[in-house]
Amino acid sequence: MSEPVRETPREMSARELARWSWRQLTSMRTALILLLLLAIAAVPGSLIPQENLDSVKVSNWQDAHTTLTPIYRRLGLFDVYGAPWFAAIYVLLMVSLIGCIIPRLFVYWRGLRAQPPAAPRNLLRMPDAISYTTSESVADVVARANAVLSRKRYRLRGGTGRVASASERIETVGEVAAEKGYLREAGNLLFHCAVIVVLVGFAVGSLFGYKGGVIVLVGDQYGFSNELTQYDDFAPGSLFQPDQLNWFDLHIHDFHVDWLTSGPRQGMAKGFRSDVEYQDGPDSPTKTYDLAVNHPLEIGGTEVFLIGHGYAPVVTVRDGKGDIVASGPQTFLPENQSFLSFGVIKPAAGDISAQGLFYPAEVTLGGQPQNITGDIGDKSAAMLSLQVWKGDNGLQDSEQSVYTLDTSRMTKVNDTGGRAFNLRVGQTAKLPNGLGTITFDDVVRWNKLQISQTPFKHVALGGVTLALLGLMGSLFIRPRRVWVRARETAGGTLVEVAVLDRSGNDEVDAVVSGLVAQLQGREVEELT
Amino acid sequence: MSTHTYELLSNRAVATAGVVYFLALLSHLVEWSALIGRRRTDPDVVEERELVGAGGPAPDAELVEAQDTDDRSERVAMFGRLGYLLTCIAALAHATAVVSRGLAAGRVPWGNMYEFTVTGTCVVAVAYVVLYRRLKLSWMAPAVVAFVMVFLMVGVLALYTPVEPLTEALNSYWLVIHVFAASLATGAFTLGGIASIIYLVKRRYPEAASGWMSRVPSLASLDRTAYRIHAFGFVLWTFAVLITGPIWAHQAWGSYWNWDPKEVWAFITWVVYAGYLHARATAGWKGRNAAILAIVGLATLWFNFIGINYFSTTSQHSYASLPSQAPAIVEAPLSAGTVTA
Repeated sequence: MSEPVRETPREMSARELARWSWRQLTSMRTALILLLLLAIAAVPGSLIPQENLDSVKVSNWQDAHTTLTPIYRRLGLFDVYGAPWFAAIYVLLMVSLIGCIIPRLFVYWRGLRAQPPAAPRNLLRMPDAISYTTSESVADVVARANAVLSRKRYRLRGGTGRVASASERIETVGEVAAEKGYLREAGNLLFHCAVIVVLVGFAVGSLFGYKGGVIVLVGDQYGFSNELTQYDDFAPGSLFQPDQLNWFDLHIHDFHVDWLTSGPRQGMAKGFRSDVEYQDGPDSPTKTYDLAVNHPLEIGGTEVFLIGHGYAPVVTVRDGKGDIVASGPQTFLPENQSFLSFGVIKPAAGDISAQGLFYPAEVTLGGQPQNITGDIGDKSAAMLSLQVWKGDNGLQDSEQSVYTLDTSRMTKVNDTGGRAFNLRVGQTAKLPNGLGTITFDDVVRWNKLQISQTPFKHVALGGVTLALLGLMGSLFIRPRRVWVRARETAGGTLVEVAVLDRSGNDEVDAVVSGLVAQLQGREVEELT
Repeated sequence: MSTHTYELLSNRAVATAGVVYFLALLSHLVEWSALIGRRRTDPDVVEERELVGAGGPAPDAELVEAQDTDDRSERVAMFGRLGYLLTCIAALAHATAVVSRGLAAGRVPWGNMYEFTVTGTCVVAVAYVVLYRRLKLSWMAPAVVAFVMVFLMVGVLALYTPVEPLTEALNSYWLVIHVFAASLATGAFTLGGIASIIYLVKRRYPEAASGWMSRVPSLASLDRTAYRIHAFGFVLWTFAVLITGPIWAHQAWGSYWNWDPKEVWAFITWVVYAGYLHARATAGWKGRNAAILAIVGLATLWFNFIGINYFSTTSQHSYASLPSQAPAIVEAPLSAGTVTA
């Protein structure tokens, strides 16, 4: 800059480049493009299965698309909303937003204390201006303009409304400058600041929070203690500390379901309620709570939600020698709305395994078992239909789902008719060739609980509420400036009125004509 | 009346509304076809400030033609009024259908896709009827009536489900607030989107003196009308998607934001409309590009409502992290067919 002699274009210095980049980043156009990028970037996450939503679906999808999987994995498409490129967009957007908001805060602060600007020299050059001649004096016109505008809660420019006498100027002139709608920009700024609050609340909440799931059998002898090892699945935020888990102990005393007994969804479950008994400290008294959908239980910052239920047949498996190799409730997962459920029995010892269906209420129609309702009633119609397999169930090898049976190293054991073993409660199936027996002892219910901590959720909620208020202000408040100038002329007092709509969305001509009507003393309906 | 009679009444009312909308559409089409080839001298056009015969005094030879023009403008006005009247009747039948559906179900009538379609189109129709005078929407008539009729019929033919109780997770007063706000916003966005589409068409024929484009108000006025409707819709959408949605989701599913496909698309819609509001204030994006953004927003909105149910590969029961075949108590509303999030 100090060398004006050099005319050749030079490269930008680092400082200039930084300034230029900053200006680009904080421009409205960039913000707009980043917004649209954010919208586009969010799309794949709704079309490709996401790890955080359903990992089973993800692995099924990956098995079906072997070529695409490595590419997608590299691009982070199975966890779009945690992917770096997604984060890059919203971080840039936030920086752009902050860079845009801060200067505007200063501008607004100055503007708030500043006077409404004086009238431009030539009012009639404004896009929305009108003039008329009246026989009233300049002073009267100015006084009425003052009254009308302040009644409409305009802020008036100090010193306006004064009539310059003929001695000061060649002609008598009076003018009024007024402005209103300051809160629009305040709403706008509030909205954008609140967006930052929401994002911070959301981010901090997911960094420090966690979400876990556990299946708890219904009955006083079963239960759950809030320890990491007790969870079936656990998804902590990156800054989660295990000592955030507060001590509590709960069991489900009883579980009630209202079954629909009529209508097109007959046989489906409708209302659910669990009688939960819990202690929030080792020495605390036991409390009870009606846990239901839309009615979560909160224990010291941790919330417990009832999100699923099902049946667990109680099965005893004995080997050929009559020794018990497995005994107890086996969680079966419902396959449809009538709670026809699928499950696996995989004893750690012995070489008998089984998988099959559980029918809460079975009737045989045309030789085929059919489940008619999820309501187990007195358990007399409940049926367990098992396929039995012999061989290595692979339980020792590796981690595998407790809900699937790998039969690759097993052979099927059929009963004499080649059909599955169908058992009612209390019945025992004797396996051929003295392999052993399987007894269907009873059925218990289970509840799926989601247990989570969502810190700072009130920050996020408060932020969104503020954002909504700000948004309403920024969209519905109409900022405008009004100037009135009266000048003595040969044909009477010439009055010029101009309105500048600062939002660009106003019906300005209606405002101008309404204002003129009021200045002329005509009765008109009040215009905002 | 019993539940069943209410359900029948609702179905009859929907059918009636469909027929009357069709008649209204016919009437508007007659009105607009009469405009073709006609000069822009119609005194009943409210937003038209020019006087009749602005071109100057007509020579005697043109008197016959002027007479003809008068007849035609009378016809235009009459069919316009008839169309509006029929639309009012249809909207009344439509509203009756919504209310009796609610009485039949004993709950708010937006528990599945059929009910949401009927309610959503009803919101569009009622909003149009109410705003008709205030925003001078006569130019919008055929587009709105056609839209409402088509979507109502799609709802009846493709989405109809008998009255059934809600799944447990939907059984909350947040449903009332959340879905009501969402359907109001959907109605507003739809009206605004129609205004933006007409804006884009008008851009191609800005000076049309005859035909139906001559009825349409000026570009600036179209743009302002579209903006006002969108601004109203955006506030409601923010309330529905970013406040009541998360509150309800948190109560029912234990997590206020899950990036479930419905939530993702509601978010995308929100971002696109936020883009629209910014675009209107950005040089180079005003006018055409902003209108295109508004239409993209409308597309994402309706895609979220209908399309995502068919395209998404993510489990519908994904809120419970059980294997996907397990129907948890808490279904994502996708399967119940409600628009949420």
